Amino acid sequence: MAPKGGYLLNVTATPTGDLCSVPALLRRNAREFGDRSAYREKEYGIWQSWTWSEALQEVEWLAFGLLALGIERGDHVAVIGRNRPDLYWSMIAAQMCGAVPVPLYQDAVAEEMAYVLEHCGARFVVCGDQEQVDKVIDVQERLHQIEHVLYHDKRGMRKYDHEHLNWLRDIRDEGKASHYRHEHELEKREAELTYDSTCVMLYTSGTTGKPKGVVLSNRNIIETSKNSSEFDHLRADDEILAYLPMAWVGDFIFSMGQALWNGFCVNCPESAETMMTDLKEIAPSYYFAPPRVFETQLTQVMIRMEDASPLKRRLFRHYMGLAKRVGPKILDGKPVGTLDRLRYAVGEAIVYGPLKNTLGFSKVRVGYTAGEAIGPEIFEFYRSLGINLKQLYGQTEASVFIAQQPDNEVRADTVGVKSPGVEIRIADNGEIFYRSPGTFIEYYKNPESTASTKDAEGWVATGDAGFFEEGSGHLRIIDRAKDVGKMADGHMFAPKYVENKLKFYPDVLEAVVLGNGRDFCTAFINIDLTAVGNWAERNNIAYASYQELASHPKVLETIRAHVEEVNISVAQDDMLSACQIQRFLVLHKELDADDGEMTRTRKVRRRIIEEKYADLIGALYDGSDSIYTETEVTYEDGRKGSISATLQLIDAATVVAKYQQVAAE
Amino acid sequence: MSVPAGPYLTEDGRQIGDVLMEMKNITLKFGGVVAIKDISFDIREGEIRAIIGPNGAGKSSMLNVISGFYHPQEGEVWYKGSVRPAMKPFEVARQGVGRTFQNIALFEGMTVLDNVMTGRLTHMHASVWDQAIWWGKAEREEVFNRDQVEKVIDFLEIQAIRKTPVGRLPYGLKKRVELARALAAEPSLLLLDEPMAGMNVEEKEDMSRFILDVNDEFGTTIALIEHDMGVVMDLSDRVVVMDYGKKIGDGTPDEVRNDQAVIDAYLGVPHE
Repeated sequence: MAPKGGYLLNVTATPTGDLCSVPALLRRNAREFGDRSAYREKEYGIWQSWTWSEALQEVEWLAFGLLALGIERGDHVAVIGRNRPDLYWSMIAAQMCGAVPVPLYQDAVAEEMAYVLEHCGARFVVCGDQEQVDKVIDVQERLHQIEHVLYHDKRGMRKYDHEHLNWLRDIRDEGKASHYRHEHELEKREAELTYDSTCVMLYTSGTTGKPKGVVLSNRNIIETSKNSSEFDHLRADDEILAYLPMAWVGDFIFSMGQALWNGFCVNCPESAETMMTDLKEIAPSYYFAPPRVFETQLTQVMIRMEDASPLKRRLFRHYMGLAKRVGPKILDGKPVGTLDRLRYAVGEAIVYGPLKNTLGFSKVRVGYTAGEAIGPEIFEFYRSLGINLKQLYGQTEASVFIAQQPDNEVRADTVGVKSPGVEIRIADNGEIFYRSPGTFIEYYKNPESTASTKDAEGWVATGDAGFFEEGSGHLRIIDRAKDVGKMADGHMFAPKYVENKLKFYPDVLEAVVLGNGRDFCTAFINIDLTAVGNWAERNNIAYASYQELASHPKVLETIRAHVEEVNISVAQDDMLSACQIQRFLVLHKELDADDGEMTRTRKVRRRIIEEKYADLIGALYDGSDSIYTETEVTYEDGRKGSISATLQLIDAATVVAKYQQVAAE
Repeated sequence: MSVPAGPYLTEDGRQIGDVLMEMKNITLKFGGVVAIKDISFDIREGEIRAIIGPNGAGKSSMLNVISGFYHPQEGEVWYKGSVRPAMKPFEVARQGVGRTFQNIALFEGMTVLDNVMTGRLTHMHASVWDQAIWWGKAEREEVFNRDQVEKVIDFLEIQAIRKTPVGRLPYGLKKRVELARALAAEPSLLLLDEPMAGMNVEEKEDMSRFILDVNDEFGTTIALIEHDMGVVMDLSDRVVVMDYGKKIGDGTPDEVRNDQAVIDAYLGVPHE
């Protein structure tokens, strides 16, 4: 029965025997708000919904069905597919039976999937549709450990050999029919679940080496969910859209941990393509997206405004200007004049409100972005509309939360304060260590990695370097710890920090900042052919190739202006002001994964670039004005060739930093 | 390898049944022009049957005879075991023959959903009076039909454009919407007039997959005209080849591919 009045739960209650596992939370929700919506999925154009008690019923039937198939305690159940209630229920059903769910990335190729399936020794695999089943069958031919494959979407599955293949619905129906037989066993297994039993195993995507299976206990998930829910005052009447990969720890915390802890509703979109429409229809009150999603949405808004009528364009420009000035202040509860407040209210009625409605952000109370650096102006755009967008810092090993921004203390350049229950320590080399109730148990079957990441006292190395800002106490992430170095005079060198600032300019596609162990910093820059080409077209500048455009004096002048602006911004920062760029060059070719200069996910490989362009680096530091260079390139068909160019080396103005001023006095 | 006379299973496990439609000695003339000369062939339940030929071979005319748009001067069309009398196209449609068009014939100003709903017209029986009152019969019927349409939308993966006016869609998607409309009518025989015309390789691949899926999942018999030989040879169970209104080949893709008359027609040999 739903409680009357507010749905705020008594979140201060310590999880007791009653609430020590995900299935226990589900039972609590079915008991306390049984007739409230728990899951929704858009299917056949209509939002289908299930209440908490219906969800519990479905999960139980699935669990009975799994027992009938012979699931054992400690079995691993791989789950592969897009976000759908049935797949979330399969995970809880597996937990009820004492097994461990292992959600996998659905876009992984069969090869990657094979590694993970073999590593966890999955006996059961739950697939979303035929595509996933095909991959699993591929893997199965080599790996004979998979005993049962279940699938959710029947389409195209008629012709398959069904000896070890079952429609998820059939398993549920069999479970339903056999509930008398299995009730007792399920009750027994559920009673065995403790706060320390494994809740889920998540594979980290593995930018270095093979993926590692992060084992998270019920304690990790439930305590983290509880703490973070309190931090953001999440409630049972919140709504989220579950659209991020189920294999990602964030989705597990948001759509399983926090949803079950608070009892809020998880909405699954109809398909990946309809996500934006579904977002608008649901208008979630709690929302997470990586910076890329926010950038895309902003670009779409801007393109559509370009096509709007002149009156609308003028209104939009006028009110966005106002919003930029006063929006974030109003959001943070800072003093703003009455007249501006009135004008902002008018803007809300005619511009911001409709815009937020279109974007699906009308009801967002708490929004997060994380994963990579977000452009300050993108971040500010959403905040100025009155959307409470914040940043957080986390990783799988921490059950997400390490640091996050409290309401009213939001800035583009920090990741906020320590999350509740988390302890953070900064090592001498700047590396961030943390310890929290969410700290993972171990890497599955990998004691060496576990030992090298987590020490005996439970401190976990993040591999990121950062520092606490004086005054605000906010954590700032600088770079991956292994990339952070020292300049010749002992000042900190953090290339990524400066590169990100450069890359926020649309003209700059890539930047590589150099300077480890040197007297000053220099940079290689790649222009963005689309953005700069567009600019050239508008300004009647003719060019025949990337190389020609990249060496055009006007382009170099523009880039220099960007670099100098970045220098001013870098100089603001006491610790990093030595990272200002004194000389730079614009590369004659784009850095390319085919040439080994970048990874496939477009991360620069510093070592290789430093070796390959040693002559250019030499020239940047020996004071010459230009240099002739030849570079080997790999064409798309694998043939090799070489291009030559004479590059201009350009000096950029730097700003005298505070510490230097002090020294001079 | 030729096709067995009775029902059989294809290599990929699809059931091919008895003859669904048979064209017997069809001749079609427009004044003095003879578009189709004495052609006979059959279409069997569950198969994908292709009609190919160079430009002007009479393929589209043939499809229009099947769909009841043209009435041949000579010959008989047998459908489900009996001779089909001269009919209006809508009567043929009611008998379960659905089609798409070479040049897309959708309602450009209407949404995808509304366009596909029109495919259900042959399944709507509520009278004008029922429609005016709305509650009761008309409403029940609308809900049922919408449900059917949504299943087709789901099947062809066009959920994201459900509410988009057709005029705003790119060509490849319009073709898919047309297929959706034809499918919504639940045809026993589906005629596709150049389903891949003007598409890029990726769109062709998508369309091929959908055609195979439709045939596989709903068991719909499909007759298609197509220019892209690669597509035809991969998709179809049997192929009829036409040239200058005459049938010059009929058989499995392999048989047709190695037929000298067919090779000549495509490579171009002087006609006496």
